[in-house]
Amino acid sequence: MKKLTSTLPNMVLSLGIITAFAGALLGAVYALTEEPIARQAKADRIAAISEVAPPFSNNPDADAATVTLDGADYTVYPAIKDGRLVGAAVMTSSMNGFGGEIDVMAGFDADGTLRDYRVIKHAETPGLGSKMELWFRDPAAARSVVGKNPSKTHFYVTKDKEQHGEIDAITAATISSRAFLESLRHAYDAYREYSLQNDGENLPKAI
Amino acid sequence: MKKYWKIIYNGIIPSNPVFVLLLGMCATLGTTSSAINGLMMGVATAAVLICSNAVISMLKNVIPDKVRIPAFIVIIATFVTALQLLINAYMPALNASLGIFIPLIVVNCILLGRAEAFASKNGVLASLCDGLGTGIGFTFALTLLGATRELLGTGSLFGFSIYPEDYGMLVFVLAPGAFIALGYLIALVNKLRKNI
Repeated sequence: MKKLTSTLPNMVLSLGIITAFAGALLGAVYALTEEPIARQAKADRIAAISEVAPPFSNNPDADAATVTLDGADYTVYPAIKDGRLVGAAVMTSSMNGFGGEIDVMAGFDADGTLRDYRVIKHAETPGLGSKMELWFRDPAAARSVVGKNPSKTHFYVTKDKEQHGEIDAITAATISSRAFLESLRHAYDAYREYSLQNDGENLPKAI
Repeated sequence: MKKYWKIIYNGIIPSNPVFVLLLGMCATLGTTSSAINGLMMGVATAAVLICSNAVISMLKNVIPDKVRIPAFIVIIATFVTALQLLINAYMPALNASLGIFIPLIVVNCILLGRAEAFASKNGVLASLCDGLGTGIGFTFALTLLGATRELLGTGSLFGFSIYPEDYGMLVFVLAPGAFIALGYLIALVNKLRKNI
């Protein structure tokens, strides 16, 4: 077969057929993968929730509520046991990371004490900001946020004297640390708001 | 048969896309912070390259010359998007470490380069072999670079600790180290290549 010449009808027809085929193929692959992708995302979310939230007997994923603070949405996954709100996991984020967005799943006890956290998504510098998953849970050091309550502890890096910061930042990654702590403060505020609205404890404001 | 072996071999050593042709540097430098990342990126690129080479060589006579570049890009982008969806669905761990780099395979000049220089002029089987050879060459180069950077930067290899991380030179995990390591590797490979 001879090569098609570059006349207008030929070009339009050729490109049109190729893009139509590409579209059909992608549609098919999308339909095939849509369900596994959603299932995977849900499994990841549920795993993170059950790791950070206190033991619960409800289905936090089904009971999830959205709390809007300062125009940003936070999803609160309540942990309910024996009909009582015993804490929650909060999907929180900060846009001020060194590499943009940082998404964190933070777990709180009923009184607002941070139980645990999981960094879900980040684009921080490898070897520096990327250490946050382990850095802020070191039990021996003053930098741990686990077991602290944002209404009693200032969730700011120690460098931020004006805010009376009490958490040691990651060495050489202050920006990432600030963003990480900011996301936790947002999470606490969202949990506090949720707790107020849903007959939970009346928590003090974060300091 | 011999001809096809020669095409495959050609892509691996004599015209290795990274060490000799210096193509696809963006993906090469960006994804090779560890050996396993380099390996996975190489395999992903190779998979797309083999498919796109085969399809482009099949369609070479029905694509008019003036619109060949958009047609090639559409074909490549289709395979990349399909690959991304499949990785998302069935390999979540890989998606977490390589997720943002997969779409960049579209603009990897190796793919367009092989389409333009080889697949649009040769038969389907030869193009398949070319894709396979170039893909293996690219994977080999990325794995080697990733292993070098991981070993020097964090003291481990494929995640197994070789020496304590505290003695690692962090710069090799970061962007400047990628350039330094790549430069030395190119020099070394070219020196060895002359002796073959």
